Amino acid sequence: MMREERDQTRERVLTRRAAMLAGGEVALVGALAGRMYFLQVVEAKKYETMAEENRISVRLLAPRRGGILDRFGIRLAINQQNYRVVLVAEQAGDIDSTLNAIGTLIPLSDTDKHKVLRDIKHRHPFVPVIVRENLTWDEVSRIEVNVPELPGVNIDVGLSRAYPFADLASHAVGYVAPVSEQELTGDPLLELPDFRIGKSGIEKSEDGNLRGVAGSSQVEVNALGRIVREIGRDDGTPGEDIVLTLDMALQDYAQHRIASEEAATCLVMDTITGEVLVMASHPSYDPNVFTKGLTQAVWDGLNNDPHGPLYNKTIQGVYPPGSTFKPCVALAALENGLITPEFQVTCTGSTKLGDTEFHCWWHTGHGTLDLHGGIKNSCDIYFYELAKLLGVDRIAQMAHRLGIGQPVGIDIPNERPGLMPTRAWKQKRYGVAWQNGETYNIGIGQGYITATPLQLATMLTRIVTNRVIVPRLVRPNGLIRPNVPFDPNAGSRDFGGMGLQPAHIAAVLGGMNAVCNEEGGTAYAARITEDGMLMGGKSGSAQVRHITMAEREHGLRKPDELPWKDRDHALFIAFAPVGDPRYVCSVVVEHGIGGSKYAAPIARDVLRECQKRDPARRYPPEAAIVATADPQTPPVRQP
Amino acid sequence: MATIFEADRAPLGLVEKLRNINWGLIALLGVISCIGFAVLFSAAGGNLDPWADHSMLRFVIGLCILLVVAVIDLRFWYQAAYPLYGISALLLVAVDLKGTAGKGAQRWLDLGPLSLQPSELMKIGLILVLARYFSTQSHNEIGKPWRLIYPVFLILVPAALVMKQPDLGTAMMLVMCSGALFFLAGVRLWKFLLVGSAGAAMVPVAWNFLRDYQKNRILTFLNPENDSLGAGYHIMQSKIALGSGGMWGKGFLMGTQSHLSFLPEKQTDFIFTMFAEEFGMAGGLVLLGLYALVVAYGFAIGLRCRNQFGKLLALGLVANFFLYFFINTAMVMGLIPVVGVPLPLISYGGTAMLTLMFGFGLVVCVWIHRDLRLNRSGRSDL
Repeated sequence: MMREERDQTRERVLTRRAAMLAGGEVALVGALAGRMYFLQVVEAKKYETMAEENRISVRLLAPRRGGILDRFGIRLAINQQNYRVVLVAEQAGDIDSTLNAIGTLIPLSDTDKHKVLRDIKHRHPFVPVIVRENLTWDEVSRIEVNVPELPGVNIDVGLSRAYPFADLASHAVGYVAPVSEQELTGDPLLELPDFRIGKSGIEKSEDGNLRGVAGSSQVEVNALGRIVREIGRDDGTPGEDIVLTLDMALQDYAQHRIASEEAATCLVMDTITGEVLVMASHPSYDPNVFTKGLTQAVWDGLNNDPHGPLYNKTIQGVYPPGSTFKPCVALAALENGLITPEFQVTCTGSTKLGDTEFHCWWHTGHGTLDLHGGIKNSCDIYFYELAKLLGVDRIAQMAHRLGIGQPVGIDIPNERPGLMPTRAWKQKRYGVAWQNGETYNIGIGQGYITATPLQLATMLTRIVTNRVIVPRLVRPNGLIRPNVPFDPNAGSRDFGGMGLQPAHIAAVLGGMNAVCNEEGGTAYAARITEDGMLMGGKSGSAQVRHITMAEREHGLRKPDELPWKDRDHALFIAFAPVGDPRYVCSVVVEHGIGGSKYAAPIARDVLRECQKRDPARRYPPEAAIVATADPQTPPVRQP
Repeated sequence: MATIFEADRAPLGLVEKLRNINWGLIALLGVISCIGFAVLFSAAGGNLDPWADHSMLRFVIGLCILLVVAVIDLRFWYQAAYPLYGISALLLVAVDLKGTAGKGAQRWLDLGPLSLQPSELMKIGLILVLARYFSTQSHNEIGKPWRLIYPVFLILVPAALVMKQPDLGTAMMLVMCSGALFFLAGVRLWKFLLVGSAGAAMVPVAWNFLRDYQKNRILTFLNPENDSLGAGYHIMQSKIALGSGGMWGKGFLMGTQSHLSFLPEKQTDFIFTMFAEEFGMAGGLVLLGLYALVVAYGFAIGLRCRNQFGKLLALGLVANFFLYFFINTAMVMGLIPVVGVPLPLISYGGTAMLTLMFGFGLVVCVWIHRDLRLNRSGRSDL
């Protein structure tokens, strides 16, 4: 019976303990239910969002970059298909071993690897980074076969920029290159691996229009980042095509024409519309090297070349204008009522100002000349006299009106202003008063004054048309199509009048006509002889270094005995045809010694070719030129 | 007195035993298993293959085991306690010597077509020997500390072997389940407090014995966002899947997180997450309710049983069952660190399903023999 009682105690304890255990378990189940309530009701929204973020990945789609065309539809910048290996850092795990694995399949340099590692550091981990571009088919298939063993590695097809004409129009068109870290704005589009941004020329100034609007693709991805399906897609808006004012055939001609010189520029403008038909700067560069990946050696070569191939000398080269400035001085004197075209000066080869002797380039003297003769012979003494009458500030006033001394405002970046000095400028800049001798120098385009070839062309254009023409590279009226009539003067009303006296303009242009077309004119040897295509012009030879008195006494060295860097610049500005000028050309041959001898023939050839084609007024009758740079992608002619 | 035990004297026939089987409990187990089949069907992307069909087969085998175990006399199981415990211990040693490694731990014994996880079998063996031992001890005897040395030894041997695999989760389950039995048997409460505080004091020492991945799991549990792509990834993804299921769930076969493979181990340890993503909190609560009902059934059977061995056996087995589903669900909800404990009757895995059905066979056996009286040597008092 004792055991029976003990057993009852034991059973009682067990029942009590079982109740306690059950109570504990109920409490724990309650805790589970509470946790479920917390996760699935209280925080459900948060986790729903996280689940969507898990599941849906939004991928930016880079818009197709707009093309760049010349006025007749020849494609100067196009998009080409480009196969490449991309790597998504957050899916790849160990980047180094992944890169090594890729390196066993396709050639991959250490530079490539460093670039990948650097790119990964500066981008979101989900943004694909390009490992190598421009793969061959063989390389594509080798990677494609091994993709299952390479997490985060994919082949994709992108569009890459190509310039069919390579270095023939690179300064105007510009180039695109990968976005630098300074250019990252937080816009994820700029972080896309294939994204290229305009770095110079039209590619830079029109980047906003060329770029278009990014699209996006909403895709459902699984935990490995593999796309399961596309949920939504917005293709974005492709960039606009930009039509330039250039005539590529003429540009091609001019660029090849100036290639005979070490460094030279040639610019042709439509005098009515301000459209730039030729913007040639030699030496040039191939913009394709920037899209295909630039090696340090190529970059250093471009940068250290003393001839500055990367510079667009038509807008960035500043030169003393020399005698090409004389039309401006003449116009200033006429407009200020100080002289008439009949105003005469006698040239004896030199003139004295105080103790300083100023020489004419023709040491024996020109004799007595009026304005016509002064311009025709480019007599320095005549223009010393005009400068003395005017004073520097009145010359500067006219020069500013004609576009010298400040950027003229062409629609590509990095235009340099040059310099048109005034009394106030010198006082401010050097703290010294202006000297009268300096006015003499300005009278013949020497001294402090500098100008770009674009400014010189603009100056002449404004004189020719009596309108405030502003040069432009983007054609406001778009393409010129074959068999579609167009107004060759469209856009001329964009510009206000200069308010110059027509008689004064006629006097200056008459002198310039004589330069080329009258016997004894400085550029008579370089005249155009074809009927109706005659050009008028003005040569200039701008001294680069100061000639000391000692040198003058010992007899001047012949210019071609001087080192290249010390030779005079050769300049020429011209208009054609005489009588009803439609085209203006400015040529600068760096250290080309003599304007009439070396620059004028270039202007002659280009203006003759230009008038034969007459791109301002008609669709060219013969087939347009074919790109020479990339035979695989001939430029597409617009129908 | 003799008349009261009249019924006991007539041994139960097989037909009577079958009539006495608690079909309600078996139906409940069937319902839970059917939910399991559905979830495994979904986990395979709407396919019976490779999980749901196997699981169904195992359930059928398990059901046979249950019925056989249930109709065997309870006294047989009383006698079989030590042999079963011994065999399980030997298998654990065998696993240690030549087991198959899975996920960094040796837990499986390859026996031809069948791979066996001896630690699962040991759970039943341990409950059997402890129930047997405590049923032979009077209340006073249980109060004496040295009487506890032997059962503690019975726990430590398998716990140490399982720990060595290493399988922290199962070892802890063995200890906790045994603790429940000690508690039910009437071991004095102050002893639990003593062991508890001693255990707490041991934590820093024990930390050094943990494997790196075990340390990581605990650190990750304490701060899951710290390492959301590494060790914290599983628990973070589990919470996302659960939370995004919301009140009513995304619908059968519609769980995005599990189907897009964000959810790891969706057919085994994290299957509750998948279920709760597709069926929401409502579905989760229903499942928890079903589990609670099973536990309640077990308690009722245990309390209704007239012999101490049967009581302790039934209560011990349901305590084990409770630990299974509690630890698993608490883990996937981020309440406790990640441990490899499956969701009973639902997770894909052979040994767990079979041993669970074995265990429920014993529970039903206790029900059938509820009026049996056993003396302290395991024989009916005639």
